[in-house]
Amino acid sequence: MKHLQSIGNLVLKGSLRRHLLASAAVLTAFTAVPAAAQEIRAVMHSGLRVLDPIITTAHITRNHGYMIYDTLLGVDENMKPQPQMADWKASDDGLTYTFTLRDGLKFHDGKPVTATDVVASLKRWGQRDTAGQMLMNYAESLSATGDKTIVLKLKEPFAYAIELIAKPSAVPAFIMPERIAQTPGTEAIKEHIGSGPFRFVESEYQPGVQVVYEKFEDYVPRKEPASWTAGGKIVNVDRVVWVNTPDAQTAINALTSGEIDYIEQPPIDLLPLLTSNDDVTVDALNPLGYQTMARLNFLHPPFDNPKIRRAALYALEQKPVLEALIGNPEYYSVCGTMYGCGTPLATDAGAEPILTENNTEDAKRLLKEAGYDGTPVVLMQPTDVSSVSPQPVIGAQLLRDAGFKVDLQPMDWQTLVTRRASQSAPAQGGWNIFFTNWVIPEIWNPIVNPMLNSGGPQQAWFGWPDDPKIEQMRIDFAKAKTDEERKKIAADIQERAYEIVSYIPLGEYVPPSAWRNELSGVLKSPIPTFWNIKKEE
Amino acid sequence: MPPRIRYSTGLPVPTTDGIGHSNFEKQEPAMFGYFLRRVLAAVPVMAVVALFVFLLLRLTPGDPAAIIAGDMATPQQLEKIRTALGLHEPIHIQFLTWVQRLMNGDFGVSLLSNKPVTTLIAQRLEPTISLAILTIILTILISVPMGVLAAWRHGSWIDNIVMSASVLGFSIPVFVTGYILIQIFALNLGFVPVQGFTSISKGIGPFLERAILPALTLSSIYIALIARMTRAAMLDVLGEDYVRTARAKGLDEKAVLFRHALRNAAVPILTVIGTGFALMISGVVVTESVFNIPGLGRLTVDAILARDYPVIQGLILFTSGIYVLINLLIDLSYAFLDPRIRY
Repeated sequence: MKHLQSIGNLVLKGSLRRHLLASAAVLTAFTAVPAAAQEIRAVMHSGLRVLDPIITTAHITRNHGYMIYDTLLGVDENMKPQPQMADWKASDDGLTYTFTLRDGLKFHDGKPVTATDVVASLKRWGQRDTAGQMLMNYAESLSATGDKTIVLKLKEPFAYAIELIAKPSAVPAFIMPERIAQTPGTEAIKEHIGSGPFRFVESEYQPGVQVVYEKFEDYVPRKEPASWTAGGKIVNVDRVVWVNTPDAQTAINALTSGEIDYIEQPPIDLLPLLTSNDDVTVDALNPLGYQTMARLNFLHPPFDNPKIRRAALYALEQKPVLEALIGNPEYYSVCGTMYGCGTPLATDAGAEPILTENNTEDAKRLLKEAGYDGTPVVLMQPTDVSSVSPQPVIGAQLLRDAGFKVDLQPMDWQTLVTRRASQSAPAQGGWNIFFTNWVIPEIWNPIVNPMLNSGGPQQAWFGWPDDPKIEQMRIDFAKAKTDEERKKIAADIQERAYEIVSYIPLGEYVPPSAWRNELSGVLKSPIPTFWNIKKEE
Repeated sequence: MPPRIRYSTGLPVPTTDGIGHSNFEKQEPAMFGYFLRRVLAAVPVMAVVALFVFLLLRLTPGDPAAIIAGDMATPQQLEKIRTALGLHEPIHIQFLTWVQRLMNGDFGVSLLSNKPVTTLIAQRLEPTISLAILTIILTILISVPMGVLAAWRHGSWIDNIVMSASVLGFSIPVFVTGYILIQIFALNLGFVPVQGFTSISKGIGPFLERAILPALTLSSIYIALIARMTRAAMLDVLGEDYVRTARAKGLDEKAVLFRHALRNAAVPILTVIGTGFALMISGVVVTESVFNIPGLGRLTVDAILARDYPVIQGLILFTSGIYVLINLLIDLSYAFLDPRIRY
């Protein structure tokens, strides 16, 4: 890029440059427009297509949810649930939770937020979200006992109830007006009215082009300072526009020229263009980051054999995968826990095989002991999403080095997400192994971590492990009363999950964000937040 | 249907002035009949396109329900969404429902955003069409004189420069041209913004400010193509007897080149321009991405990657309609340019 710059300077210097600058000044004089409202223009990691934050687990829709909706409870930077729209009290027997809505809460259509809106919203969330379903299974009743009081009665103590209602990802329990929340969980909502700090401007929404939010003037923020999804969501600008920019280089050019203010996830290999720019700040806002991982299919040979799954665990290695995916060690780290490093439940229990380098010989030995017959492993490789395309290539080579026969099949990501749902044999359109990434709050405990659901072909996430032991331990975890007890069970679950190779964590990475220095007050949070940000003109 | 060439005297008629036009006026009723026939003939073409696209999409692996539900959805959740979207109906029922709605002018709604397909296409139409028109104008203004000049000075250094520039225009990928233009004119000189689109309704200045670089980028290929085409067609025509006659009559070189030669060489040039225009409407996704222009090309790619069936179907029907229309207009324009051609 430097070369191009110098070519540009070389070509356009001297009188020609002066002449062109003068013409540009004339053009600008003609095209000058009145000063616009204060607006943050941001490029997010993907375009917003699905607007219902309950029907989908897509992160961009979750982020949209946090713009226009509010949640009953939030999570602060210590990963503890905190009051947001409501405060709560638990009864001594741990069977009744009473939530009280704070004063001044209003929806964007001007109507006050009532307890019946909350009940309907939680019920719809409970139909769709896996953790929400779990909560509803424990619930005896969920009802509005006054305009501002909601009572949740449980069949048996379930200390995790509050954490689930407060969870920030993938599907948070957003609160909507009752009439909208009555939409069946399988159909997308058609009205987008929340009580959050921003209002969705539907008339300016163009899927794949832009999403526009306006400050909701009637929003009453909490008094506490903002911390993750908890605390006061104070909006200091008039508008936020998410500009969909599919080309990363274009987004970086637009940030350089000041046409946009913020890029959520600039690609790591283009970062030097931003770190060398004095007008731009580059920093990791999401303190927990992502986990990348491999999932094996338990239903078909060769990975229906636990010993061969163990061989794959020994064959794969985190560092080469992270080097190919991220490259810059500043932004990745080797990590053995399935719950995300830096989280309260993080443990290395059972993680030794993946934390030890150069295990190829062990993998070979295990394969031999298991009597691997050379059945080819169908490995799905998405080619169109840069955050998941390098892992399969490295993974395939590591597996080959250990003696696996690998059939690496390139496809687009959408073909992969369809195909991974197939329980057929690999030769009939099924698969053996694929790779994907998670944000840490989606995996940070055995209840929400989808890969630890071991309910077999009917209940488990793609790959379908069937392990009654883990299932029992997940129930014990949900019922545990103290943090120590929970930690112990979580470690046991992880140890067992490594033993049966529920999945193979391949390390963590923290993609940095970039913004122009005109912005101040950009908060660290696992969700990109636009409250608290000020913009200098 | 190919145009019939009718020679009124059995010999090629030099088209030097308005003779062709007076002949043409008498042909108007026949012309109208031809127009009507062509429009009617477009109906079965589009029906076949519709059926083909519908089947092709259903045979492509991919599942809109999986895209809607996201990464963490369980198999049961996917099943429920598929049922709600009507994706479990037999294919022929899905097809008939779609056709029935089309007959009522209803292109359906996007499976993802729930917005009507017609609204989505309409939102993207202005950027695409205005960019295409600006590109074509730039292309014609630059390439036709280049081609004429190269043919006129065939074998000279001018010809060599035009031919080399045209090879270069063909060979440099548009995104490279785009990035170089952005680096120089937007980042180094700060004349124009890096990306985006401003509607022409906000004034010609703001529109041009954002559209000029993408139009220049896109036209680099078309200039190359049409300059070569013009040069070749002109070379053919310049060797004709009537050009020699015109020169012998003492006409100045400008009149020979532009009134006599270029007009006779226009048919193939116009064909390429027309097809080029149709191509630009149906999607110039790379240029649209580099300059972040919300055009139809990007809508198409997004819809395909998301398996948003109603949007893809609507777009392809729309594009095939545009192709039929532009081809028809090109065919009709032949009669204006060359009076030997009658329908």
